[in-house]
Amino acid sequence: MKYVDEFRDPALGEVLAGEILGLVEPGRHYKFMEVCGGHTHSIYKYGIDDLLPANVELVHGPGCPVCVIPMGRVDDGISLAHQPDVIFTCFGDMLRVPGSAGTLLDAKAEGADIRMVYSPLDALRIAKANPERPVIFFAIGFETTAPSTALTLKRAKAEGVANFFCMCNHVTIVPPLRALLDSPDLRLDGFIGPGHVSTVVGVRPFEFIPTEYGKPIAVAGFEPLDVLHAIHMILTQIKEGRCEVENQYARVVPYDGNPRALQVMSEVFELRPHFEWRGMGFISQSGLKLSEAYADMDAEIQYGVPGIRVADPKACQCGEVLKGVIKPWECKVFGSGCTPERPIGTCMVSSEGACAAYYNYGRFAREREVV
Amino acid sequence: MTSTGDTGLRGSEGETLISEREQKVLNIIETARAKRQKFRDTQITMAHGAGGKATQSLIEGLLVPAFANATLEAMADAGTVPVLGGNVAMTTDSFVVNPISFPGGTIGELAVNGTVNDLSMAGAKPLALTLSLILEEGLPADILKEQVAAIAATAAAAGVPIVAGDTKVVERGACDQMYICTTGMGVLDDRASLSPSSLRPGDKILVSGRIGDHGTAIMLARGEFDLESDIESDTMCLWPMVDTLLDQVGPSLRCLRDATRGGVASVLNELARASHVAMVINEAAVPVHPAVAGAAEILGIDPMHVANEGKMVVIAAPEAADAALAALRSAPGGEEAAIIGECKTEPEGMVLMATAFGGKRVMDQLVGDPLPRIC
Repeated sequence: MKYVDEFRDPALGEVLAGEILGLVEPGRHYKFMEVCGGHTHSIYKYGIDDLLPANVELVHGPGCPVCVIPMGRVDDGISLAHQPDVIFTCFGDMLRVPGSAGTLLDAKAEGADIRMVYSPLDALRIAKANPERPVIFFAIGFETTAPSTALTLKRAKAEGVANFFCMCNHVTIVPPLRALLDSPDLRLDGFIGPGHVSTVVGVRPFEFIPTEYGKPIAVAGFEPLDVLHAIHMILTQIKEGRCEVENQYARVVPYDGNPRALQVMSEVFELRPHFEWRGMGFISQSGLKLSEAYADMDAEIQYGVPGIRVADPKACQCGEVLKGVIKPWECKVFGSGCTPERPIGTCMVSSEGACAAYYNYGRFAREREVV
Repeated sequence: MTSTGDTGLRGSEGETLISEREQKVLNIIETARAKRQKFRDTQITMAHGAGGKATQSLIEGLLVPAFANATLEAMADAGTVPVLGGNVAMTTDSFVVNPISFPGGTIGELAVNGTVNDLSMAGAKPLALTLSLILEEGLPADILKEQVAAIAATAAAAGVPIVAGDTKVVERGACDQMYICTTGMGVLDDRASLSPSSLRPGDKILVSGRIGDHGTAIMLARGEFDLESDIESDTMCLWPMVDTLLDQVGPSLRCLRDATRGGVASVLNELARASHVAMVINEAAVPVHPAVAGAAEILGIDPMHVANEGKMVVIAAPEAADAALAALRSAPGGEEAAIIGECKTEPEGMVLMATAFGGKRVMDQLVGDPLPRIC
């Protein structure tokens, strides 16, 4: 595939891996967080870990949109899906996320009309094809997916589609990063910055990481060479005593992001005072809801949801995994009580979740020989 | 890559302890996975039909124990009935694909080829089929006629007569246009002795052609993704290819499996578990059509998990691998066959992928259901 294969060249990977080995000080341990679930997925899928020196450790961050959804929100979604005549639409990964009494997939088997979509526009198409039935789109994701939800709502309004509604669970990336950096049990040497989010918000919002917290960060793409290159950039900063935001993904990410996407987001959304994150509790100004002008399309307002806060299951350590405090396999229920087929926690559901990625791809210790 | 062996980076005491703990957790998981799956669900969801782990729990946890017998427990594509001086093989399959016509095939062609292929994978020459039709009230007769013609033509091409049948009609909405069930009978060929538990370390793993075409064709034919390509279903009768293989390398064949729902990854995981071997697959050697790779990339699906309807996985003894490859390539439809990997000893029961980028990862069975009603 053009424009993809070039970034998967094993020969270049070997060269980069060799240079990375030259940049690390023997005896020093480096801990870098990849913020985005997409990076976690790439690291396992391509076996990037295998190409790194043993003293460079990658820690998975909170940037998987499915993984940060708390159980109460899933319950709210299921209650909407069970409303009479409703067609409930969401991305495939959400279907298997457990609420307090089952998943959306269970609700579907019980008779709710739940359909998997790949884009909010698919949901709008379903609304137009079924004008007599309310269609609710369960919106999730960071700034990466929020603009497409915003555009879809704008279009629905412009076209006068009266049966299209949105339950908004969009979140923003900077507040949880601040929460992480403020947490005392975290020791990190640098960040691999979220490439997809940055295509929208740009690089500027991450400047606080080096200036206020003294950690280097490189915003990175998702191909294996991108990830290795970003690690190379961070290690070079450390070696040269620099600490700044660098943009590895400059072929896609402009410094100031995408002003039109930000514009449409600000038209359609407003910040919630606070939003609950799985395992991280309430974080101020971290979630988006529909603005006043779009209140008539807000499923939470039009239908009302129970809105009951459900505590995460006691055994589940998703919060610590999301914060990078523990590795997936260090969780008490990893692989025994919690597996991709029977997940307890959200991190085990989404392919971008650190636990699912580790279980599906990484369940093999790096040092182990194949004979 | 530069060796890390002498840099002093590995093997400090702390690190060793951590990886030992990790290994212990991983061992517990593997032990749990090696056990027979239990069926603990309270209702059937679409995942139970997807050919992945949920399907496996339904089969191993409910069906096989209920009908307990040695033939069924072998979990081969066809069961054997030792009567009439030879080994008779039987198998059955239902088809609920949506849409019923798609680029490269129809539900009628799948219904014949699917069952003929299951017999072929057991090393049995297909002899006869029965056909059961479940039709939805209101189905246009022209559509039914088209499918009947497709069934007749496919059966004739495979040289397998349809010797009995049944027809049922259900109310509108109780089925989607038409469902088909076929049952096949064949006779075990004595040129080979195939078993999913016969794999040994060193055996070579082959595929009979490029993978993922059928699933991708269906996915795109549903028009849900606004993607277009010229990918067609690969549905075909595999018996002629199996016949050639049996002729050329019969005694060196360990096992044949058609990689339908759940794709090549599911087949390999089942075999690795059944034979207690490890497998290493060389990603760069797996033949995949560029358009299939592209669609999989966009949709976040691994082609190794995508269904095929005319591709098989062949496990052959190491010394016969090249001859098996030549036999596959000499048969119509096998031109792109390839050796994609090898069986190893450790880690037992696991399938590992050596990525084209130079790393290593686990290649597990599919969980969940990216695409229901594929066949």
